[in-house]
This record gives sequence, C-alpha cells and structure tokens, in this order.
Amino acid sequence: MGANSVATEGESSGFAIHPMDQFVIKPLFGGTEIYWYTVTNVTLWMAIAVLCIAGLLVLGTRRRAIIPSRTQSVAEMIYGFIYNMVEDVTGHDGVKYFPYVMTLFLFILFANLLGLVPTSFTTTSHVAVTVTLALMVFLGVTILGFIRNGVGFLSMFWVSSAPLAVRPILAVIEVISYFVRPVSHSIRLAGNLMAGHAVIKVIAGFASLAVVSPVVVGAVAAIYGLELLVAVVQAYVFTILTCVYLRDAVGGAHH
Amino acid sequence: MPSPANPLGLQENDMATEATKAAGQGGEAVGMPQLDFSTWPNQIFWLLVTLVAIYLLLTRIALPRIGAVLADRKGAITNDLAAAEELKQKALKAEKAYNEALAQARADAAKIVAEARAVIQKDLDAALAKADAQIVAKSAESEGRITEIREGALAAVTEVAKDTAREIVVALGGKADARSVAAAVTARLKG
Repeated sequence: MGANSVATEGESSGFAIHPMDQFVIKPLFGGTEIYWYTVTNVTLWMAIAVLCIAGLLVLGTRRRAIIPSRTQSVAEMIYGFIYNMVEDVTGHDGVKYFPYVMTLFLFILFANLLGLVPTSFTTTSHVAVTVTLALMVFLGVTILGFIRNGVGFLSMFWVSSAPLAVRPILAVIEVISYFVRPVSHSIRLAGNLMAGHAVIKVIAGFASLAVVSPVVVGAVAAIYGLELLVAVVQAYVFTILTCVYLRDAVGGAHH
Repeated sequence: MPSPANPLGLQENDMATEATKAAGQGGEAVGMPQLDFSTWPNQIFWLLVTLVAIYLLLTRIALPRIGAVLADRKGAITNDLAAAEELKQKALKAEKAYNEALAQARADAAKIVAEARAVIQKDLDAALAKADAQIVAKSAESEGRITEIREGALAAVTEVAKDTAREIVVALGGKADARSVAAAVTARLKG
C-alpha cells in the first residue's frame, strides 16, 4: 500500500523529487521495525561524528606539540573559542560546565557538517535529536539554578527594576518566555537544517530538465555554500544560547 | 509528544508511521519523517550514547590534553621572555662593568702619566738648579778676575802716568820731584 502511494505520487508530480527521503530513518541491517536499540542510519552518522571528533581532538593532539601541527591548532582554536565563550558569557563560575558545552557544540557542529556530505544523513535535522539536546539544557539549567540559588532562582521572574504594578504581568511573560526557550532552541536548529537540505534536494531535482540544469548546478553550489555557513552558525547559536541560559543559573538572577 | 486525547496529534502520528513503513520498503518518505514518533526512542537512545561517548572522550583525553598543551605553551613563552629579560640585564651589567673598567684604566693611565711627569719635572728642576748654581759660581769667579784685571790695569795706568809725567817734567827741563809728581798725578786721576 505504501509503495503504491509513493508510486502514484511520483507519477503525478512528473518529477522524481522527494526532498524528505533524505530524512527517513532506516535500519542498517535489514528489517522494517525500528526499536529503541535498532542500529539505524542515525547510529551510523552519529558514530561517524564521534570518530571525526576523536580524530580531530584526540589524534590531532597526540603529539602535544608546543608548536602545533595543523590539526592540533584547529583543535586548540575550537577549545579556545568555546572556552572563551563560556567564560565571557557565564562568568568565571561557569567555566566548570565547559566540557558539557563543548560536547554539545562539537556534536552539533560535526552532525551539521557531516550532513552536508552528499547522500549522508543529517542527525540534527530531526526534532527528536534537537528537542533532546534542548531539554537537556533546559532541565540542566533549571535544576542547577535551584541547586545553586535555592528558591532565589525564582527571583529572575520577578523583575525588581520594574514598577511594582507591572511586575506580576512581567512575571507571567518571563515565565512563558522561560518555558518557550527549549522549543525555540530546538526548532531553530532542526528547522534550519531540514529546510536547507530539503531546498537543495528540491532544486537538484530540477536538474533532470536539460534546459534549466546549468542554472540548477549553480544554484545548488550557491545554496551548498550557504548551508555550510548555516551549519557552523547554527552550532554557534545553539552553543551561545546554552551559555546564556547557563548564566541565569550560575550567575544568579541577573539579566 | 501529542497526548492520546489530541486527535490531531494521533492522526499525524499515524501518517508519519505510514510514511516510515513506506520508507522501510521503498526508502521513500511521505510527509515529515521528523514527526514519526515511532523512531524517537531510537534516535534519543543513540543520541544519548553519542553524547556520553563524546563527553567521555573530551573529559578523559582531549580537554585535559589541550588544556595542558596551552598551559605549557603559555609557560614556555613566559619562561622565554623571563630568560630574555635576564640575559638583557646581564648584558647591560657586563656593558656597565666594561665601561667602569675602561674608565678605571683611563684614570690609572692618567695617574701614571702625572707621576712620571712629576718625577721628570723634579729631576729637571734639580738639574736646572745645579746648572744655575754653577753659572752663578762661574760668573762670580769671572767677576773677581775682571775686577783684578781692572785694578791691575788701573795700577799700571797710574804707574805709566807717573813715569810719563816725570819724563815730561824732565824733558821740559824741570826738576822732577818724584813724590810731588806722583801726588799730582794721583790727584788728577781721582779728578
């Protein structure tokens, strides 16, 4: 039945454009059912991301050279970049959460970049992944805030610099915005990745028309460049937002 | 996730599941695979495994190593700068010592020159004094002899004058009284 519907859709559209196919999760070793432990293309591409991270940050730095090799200086650059970001945004107390932030950044960066390899699978284009990442940050920050500041963590919703009459309204707005954070945090990443990849696929689909194919090749190349930028920028955005949220928990109730 | 009470969510879920089944057979998707909640446990499980793997990789190996390398480099640079500063100070000190030695040597040389000059001056003065004394002695002696000669000459002149005067008086026919002639001549010579 499923195959039928796909076939009819393919005929009716006239083009063989299936922009969402690249997001389908498939078991790697046959079978149709996907259980929580099934080894799928998600597993494969996440494992490749781990291997790349290991290659860059572990193999690349194995010589511990004072004068770094190229890979070592890239690893050091990423380290310094994220370390300074955590220190600048969350303050000195936040530095001890640097490994968590670094983990998030590296995973998202490599998942995004590996997603740009043709025929690959983009793990960060799935809402399940980004929602989990965002919820980890949200719950982590909230729990941390209560552990560090006790009930005083709630004072960040009570804007003491505003007139007393406005404060309850502001408190409602603050609470809503606080709970919207994980939603925007996760949808931003997945949405950007998914949309970009789908657009590339749609445009590439038009390449079967000989008339427009040169234009299509140029357009795909241009959008691919844009997607490279998006991949890095979205990893950066997710990370710096994580740091900003972390500051609420670490730096007390200051805005 | 949509609650079971939400018919829209259920419908979406069903649609997505259909899509995955189609995908399982033909590798093609209908709708958004992202909203197929049947794959969520799988993705979340593997995501957690991945994150734990990366976290362990970072905290056990990569981050301490990179941190140590960066600290080493910073230390090495600081040490090198300190060593350079130290060497610079040493060089300045050596230059100062050299200049001092040079000044000392100059002063010594000047002192030696002055001493030698003083010694020579002293010798010279002594020699000059001696020569002066000799000259004085010689000139005194000469003066004595000159006086002697002059007196001798004077005496001789007086004698000659007396003799001449007596001869003249005799020649003129007068009687020459030796004593009176001598007295007259002496009186004239004193004249």
